[in-house]
This record gives sequence, C-alpha cells and structure tokens, in this order.
Amino acid sequence: MTATSEQATARAVDRIYREESRRVLATLIRLLGDFELAEEALQEAFVAALAQWETEGMPDNPRAWLVSTGRFKAIDAIRRRARFDNTLQDIAIQLQGEADEIPDPDERDVEDDHLRLIFTCCHPALSPDAQVALTLREVCGLTTEEIAHAFLTAPSTLAQRIVRAKAKIRDANIPYEIPADSDLPGRLDSVLQVVYLVFNEGYSPTSGEAVTRHDLSVEAIRLGRLLVALLPEPEAVGLLAMMLLHESRRAARTSASGDIVLLDEQDRSSWNQELIDEGAQLVERAMGSGRIGPYVLQAAIAAVHAEAMDAADTDWTQIVGLYDVLSRVAPSPVVALNRAVAVAMRDGPTEGLQLIDELLAGGELDQYRLAHAARADMCRRLQRFKEARVAYERALALARTEPDRRFLLRRLQELPAE
Amino acid sequence: MRYLCLVYSEESKLAGFPDEECVAHDKGLRASGHCLASEALQPVETATTLQMRNGKLSVTDGPFAETKEQLAGFYLIEARDLNEAIRLASKIPPIRVGSIEVRPIRDLEGRQREPGAL
Repeated sequence: MTATSEQATARAVDRIYREESRRVLATLIRLLGDFELAEEALQEAFVAALAQWETEGMPDNPRAWLVSTGRFKAIDAIRRRARFDNTLQDIAIQLQGEADEIPDPDERDVEDDHLRLIFTCCHPALSPDAQVALTLREVCGLTTEEIAHAFLTAPSTLAQRIVRAKAKIRDANIPYEIPADSDLPGRLDSVLQVVYLVFNEGYSPTSGEAVTRHDLSVEAIRLGRLLVALLPEPEAVGLLAMMLLHESRRAARTSASGDIVLLDEQDRSSWNQELIDEGAQLVERAMGSGRIGPYVLQAAIAAVHAEAMDAADTDWTQIVGLYDVLSRVAPSPVVALNRAVAVAMRDGPTEGLQLIDELLAGGELDQYRLAHAARADMCRRLQRFKEARVAYERALALARTEPDRRFLLRRLQELPAE
Repeated sequence: MRYLCLVYSEESKLAGFPDEECVAHDKGLRASGHCLASEALQPVETATTLQMRNGKLSVTDGPFAETKEQLAGFYLIEARDLNEAIRLASKIPPIRVGSIEVRPIRDLEGRQREPGAL
C-alpha cells in the first residue's frame, strides 16, 4: 500500500462523501427507520470505504455499495446491543430479513428518499426553528457548530433543538414519506418556507455585524436547486428564481467599508448578470405554468428591478401591478408596505406617505423597523425634516444589526439642522 | 351519567411517577366496570395543533395555547402515523372555530389491551 494510492483513495472517498453522503443517508433512514441509526451507519460505511476501496478498488456503484454496507453495519451494531435486549434482537432479525429481500435502490428510489428526507425535516408539526436546523443538518450536511454559528446560537442550544426534533419524529410517529397529492400544496409551503428562512437569514441577517451572510444564502440556493430538480412545482421554481435574483445584487449591497447600499444607490454594473439571466428564465418558466403564487410574484418583481438601468428607469407601474396581485394572493402588512414604497416611486412621496401612515395607524407594523425607515424617507423627500428625524430615530431604536444602525445614523446626520 | 376525568401535572413530577401504580389502578377500575376508556399521553413536546380558518389547514408544533379556548370534547382515533392522524383530525367540525390538539398515546408497560377495544 503506497502513500500515493492511499491519498488517492482518501480523495475519492472525500469527493463521494460530499456528493453522495446526503442521498445515502436519506435511503438509510428509510431502510433503518431511524435517524440516529442511519447516521451511525453512514459514518461506518465511509470508514469501511476508506479501508476497503484502497485494497479492492472502487466499486462500480459507490452509492449502492455505501447503502448496502451501511445497512449491514447497522444490523451488526443492533446485534451487538441485542445481546442485552430482546426487542432489539427482533429488530435485527427483521432488518436482516428485509436486507436479504430488498434489492439495491434504483435512481428513482434515491430521488424519492431525498424528497422524503426533505419533507420529514420540514414537517409542520416541528417548530420552524427545528425545521430549519434539521434541514441544514440532515439535508445539507452542515455540522451542528456550523448551523449554530450561522444563526448566532450556542451549539448546545442547537444540538438540543435537533435532538428534540428527532424525538418528536419518533414519538409522534411522523412518517418518512412524500405527501399525498392532496396534502402537497400545504406541505410544500412548509418546505419553501424553510428554504426562504435560510436564504433570508443569509441575505438580511436579523442580528450581528455583517450586511449579508454568504454561507446561508449559498445553502438556501443549493436547497432550492435540489427541490426544483426533484419536484418542479411553479412555486419552487419561483422561490429559486427570487433567490438567484436577490443573490445577483449581493456584492452591490455592501460598500467597501461594510455599510448598506440601498437599491437606488447600487452600482448595477456589479450585479451578477449570469444569476440574473438564470433567474429571469425561471420567472418566465413559472409564469408560463399559469399557477402564480407568492414566490413567483416576488421573483417577478425582482426581475423587473434586475432589467432596469437605474431606479428612474425602473418600470414602477409594473411593480405596483405585481404588488397588487401579491396583496390579493398573500396579503400581509409587509407586502402592503412594499407596495406603498413602489407607489411612492411611481406617483411621488406624498402618495407613498399617505399609504404608509394608513398602515402604521393599523398598528401591526409598529415594531417593524423598515416601516419607520420608509416613513422617514418619504418625509425627507418632502423636506419635512422634523418628522423624518422622529421616524429615523424610531427605526434606529428597532435596528438590531450594526450595519442597520450605521445606515440610520448616517441618514440622521445627513438631515439638515433645523 | 358519564364523566371524563382529566389528569394534569407538571411533567417533571410525572417523570418519576411509577407506571405500575397507574396500571394497577386502571385494571382495578376496569374490573369494577366504572372505567370506559383510559390512556396515558406522550409528553407535551409531541403535541401538534391544528386549526382550519377560511378553508386553510394550519399545522403547528406544540399544544394549543389560546387561554380563552376551553376543552370541549375528545376523539380517540387509530391512525397509521401522524399524517393520517392529522388528516382524520382535520375533519372534526369545531376545527373551524377552535383548535384540535393531536397527542400520541403512550402505551404503559404491562397494560393489557383487548384487540379492538379502547
């Protein structure tokens, strides 16, 4: 055994781990009926691969080899423990029987298992926090530490969240299955919501130092691509398009000094044209399906921004029109606020301010920083500086990230003294 | 007259409580003919709450939490898994005005069950 061939095997195993480990895990969870057991089996299968592929060469189908090795490692492990426990003995016998009967999973099974894993991790009977953590851990393969770091949480808190989620899957008997067609719309909503939460935390972190967090956005887009490949529903396509179109502006959103740059001040030449093209094509594809939901509409809005040379060149009439549809399909105070800002760009700040004040009077946006920042902006443009100051200060009090605070302080300083 | 006896406790205090005592009591009460049905529940972390508003089903983690809502009835159902339980529970009419909490049953060790009986 030479050092170089050892290294070559290690590299090959490493590559296959990155490309295949999540799919192998998804299948092992189905075959073994248990998350923990499947994870142990996955690790053992890769340890075995390192040793065996070195001497015997790579198998023709590494994934099938890993699944079958993992399954037998799990049965061995249960056997060892079963010496002390009769029920485990039964499980081992049952698994052994199944292992002898069930053929190696084909391509279709593998895809279905991957979807089963996604739908189980995003089951609405788990809390949204738990869905996000479990999806990043099991579907994306991030470590607990990486997830904790990304969400600025203690690793122990995050580990606990994942343990509890797995306990609920087991104790409440959440099945490992792709939802029936009749349940699909609601269940897909949950999955898209998880992907969206991950992306949003990466794109506009709720706390911390950075304007954006690239790592989480990358994971969200990877998840979005996977979902579209496995289940090309229009809303999944819409969500991926929206993420790509927002991602295209990432570099332009932060100044060299780490400050926020708003859409109308961004250097549009630094927008990523490749992502814009891909996003715009996906928007067209989703719009063409005739089933137009909230993600498709938000993607369409982002696409209108993407094709404009600057803020003045933007087709605000079309954007307001899209927000009108969005307000009907998925009404929310935040959608109404975004619509008000678009109206201000189309008709002027007086019209925008009137709509924003109506919304603020409703009370639901009282604690929403961007509502106060938007009001401040309208007042500033109308040269009502005293009111602008009050609203910027209100927004500042609600700001939770450093770049947000710096941005609002700068706006306050720029206001003319009265 | 039939009465429903609901058991409440802090879960930490129940954790060390002997199942055997409950099983023995249950057997005695069933033998006396007074017990029509009895079950222990899994901890509250296993709960899932369902609501139906404007025809749209919402499924959320955790027990029902509206302090204004009062316990109004119960269904003990047999389902293959949580998804089937959710499907069955979402047809319970008051789901449109209230909440249905779905909680798995905990099988107590040594509890004798007749096939098909509650």
